[in-house]
Amino acid sequence: MILLAILAVPLIAALLSCLPVGRRVAPAVTLTSCTVVLAMVIAAATRVAAGSSVVAIVNWVAIDGLSALILLLVATVGSTAALFSWGYMAHEPSARHLRRYYANYNLFVFAMLSVPMLAEPNLVWTGVELTTILSVYLIAFENTHEALEAAWKYSVLTVMGGAIALLGFLALFAATRGQYPGGAYTWHTLIELAPRVSPAVLATAFVLILVGFGAKAGLVPLHTWLPDAHSQAPSPICALLSGIKTTVILYVILRLVPVLNASGKVDVDGWAMIVGLFSVGIAAFLIIQVTDYKRLFAFSTVEHMGIILTAAGIGGAAGHYGAVYQILNHALTKSFCFFAAGATLLAVDTRQIADVRGLIRTSPSAGVALLFGGIAIAGAPPLAVFLSEFSILRSGMAEQHYLATGLLAAFVIVAFFGILYHLNLMVFGQPSSQTAHSIPVKLPRSCVLTLILAAAPIIILGVYMPQPLHRLLEMAADGLSR
Amino acid sequence: MANSYALLTSLNGLAAGLFLMSSFGLAATRQMQGCQRFYITQSMCLVVSALLLGLGLHAPDLLAVAALDSVMKPIVIPYLLKRTVPEEIFRRREIDQVLNIPSSLLIALALTLLAFFLSGYLPPAAGSIAAINLPVGLAGLFIGVYTLTVRREAVPQLIGIFGIENGALLCGFAIAPTLPLVIEMAFPFDMLIIALVIGILTRITQERVGTTEVGGFTSLKEGASK
Repeated sequence: MILLAILAVPLIAALLSCLPVGRRVAPAVTLTSCTVVLAMVIAAATRVAAGSSVVAIVNWVAIDGLSALILLLVATVGSTAALFSWGYMAHEPSARHLRRYYANYNLFVFAMLSVPMLAEPNLVWTGVELTTILSVYLIAFENTHEALEAAWKYSVLTVMGGAIALLGFLALFAATRGQYPGGAYTWHTLIELAPRVSPAVLATAFVLILVGFGAKAGLVPLHTWLPDAHSQAPSPICALLSGIKTTVILYVILRLVPVLNASGKVDVDGWAMIVGLFSVGIAAFLIIQVTDYKRLFAFSTVEHMGIILTAAGIGGAAGHYGAVYQILNHALTKSFCFFAAGATLLAVDTRQIADVRGLIRTSPSAGVALLFGGIAIAGAPPLAVFLSEFSILRSGMAEQHYLATGLLAAFVIVAFFGILYHLNLMVFGQPSSQTAHSIPVKLPRSCVLTLILAAAPIIILGVYMPQPLHRLLEMAADGLSR
Repeated sequence: MANSYALLTSLNGLAAGLFLMSSFGLAATRQMQGCQRFYITQSMCLVVSALLLGLGLHAPDLLAVAALDSVMKPIVIPYLLKRTVPEEIFRRREIDQVLNIPSSLLIALALTLLAFFLSGYLPPAAGSIAAINLPVGLAGLFIGVYTLTVRREAVPQLIGIFGIENGALLCGFAIAPTLPLVIEMAFPFDMLIIALVIGILTRITQERVGTTEVGGFTSLKEGASK
């Protein structure tokens, strides 16, 4: 039942956010709803980690280790982004526009929560489509030429991807027609049935879904919409899009890895490694030439999606653990990065890297946050992303994928220097008098609070891993291995 | 019994043929209205095919889907587009596309051949009646992707997406006629929300930017002057 309650709360919050009463009501409702959802998700995930099953509707709505992890991330970033929105969106002059923002925010969170909870693959497709369509308005929120262009590119490319993936899902369903144990068609029965399905059909379905949902997850070469959408949307939305939406889509692709491995005749690991490395490589070099710091973080998302897919392809218990560990660290760190980018935007009112110098003097909190976010996402020790990237590289060596591991390490290093080079220019140096940002700016209190709350897990996970979370990660990695 | 099955098979072949023709139309027509009419024709062929497969394969679910789709695709979605997209866009007679009509038709032809070749890698159709749906649906999907790529205007791009979805469904009905009803019902509603959201996006774009020629939107390209 708890799962259905988790889905119901954001829907109720979306309705309440539409009520035309006071400017503070919609943000308060959204923040409360997200916090309640987070509490319920933690309760459900703890039960999963303790080994008991959490099922709402048998064969339709249920969670296992992998989905509990994704659910936890959606709820966490959903809450921090709601808190950040409170101060960040306060400048919006139109109360009506603001209410619509929060209503859409809740619907978007609802759609993202639904994807890991659904156990029937065809319904998962519907959930994924909803996440896309319900975020279009949020990306176009600023209503500028650039925002509309980004929203257009986003909707057309990702909806096209969805339609292509649809055929893949139908092919999977058809290939296993009428053979479901107990009449149920779920991710788990799909694994059981995979050895009986023709490998050619399985490979076709996988390629259709990889191409289709790869476009939604921002995998190269269909990533072109991602830096546009993730740079033009309001910063809290960027945190949701980059931190968890791409992860949710990648989760669906990763669900197919054990299915294809169970078949034993399709080299899914090879596919995952090639597509993953391609994304990491292209993104690493694109990071070097960016001129907009939100695009910098957006390209870093493409890079990390590639790293996760490569880790899943490396395989073995350690590779799969590295993949889910990276999913966790990326979602937490990337959302922090976009909060820091949002704080910087509030402080300097420009997205151009070249226009920002000496940020640490004009707005110390934004400057420190941006620097910390950059160091964390680039993968510097002893922060969380370093540990997961290191574990992936180590598993690559252990599984004897020397070429893939070497390339991955090289690309990660290129991206590391690319990110830090740009951020270094922005944070240090003398504030230029021409840019007129020499007066110190005070950030809204909710934004500073979000930055502190979002930074805490990144630091803590670098030195300490709570036992239930470790157990959940192991179960999630196990979900990829079967 | 055998006769009626053969008749249903022939009729389904006819519907699939018309579906393919309208896919070609989608890729090649120059008029905005024509584009929409081809989409309506294509959707009606899809509905007819679902109906015939429902009868031929004794799949009552498909009949329900056909009934729902017959309202949604040819009536509700075009109506929604008319309501959300500014009127003057539909009056345009010469819409731009990157490649001219003869080359578009040739590419569509090549894509159809490719679809016939690749349809062997999909799961087999549920019955001989549905065999033709596989290559034709796949061709519809490919031509839809092609249309989306070469069109420079917002509405024809959107209709390209609908074409892709129609192609995927024509295939899907043939290989998976027994999808649970709740899922079959989710697809048309999903399309409805897509039409609504992108239609509104088109309207806002027209109001704020003054054009819906999305092919000319390049301000976010890498290296574009800011």
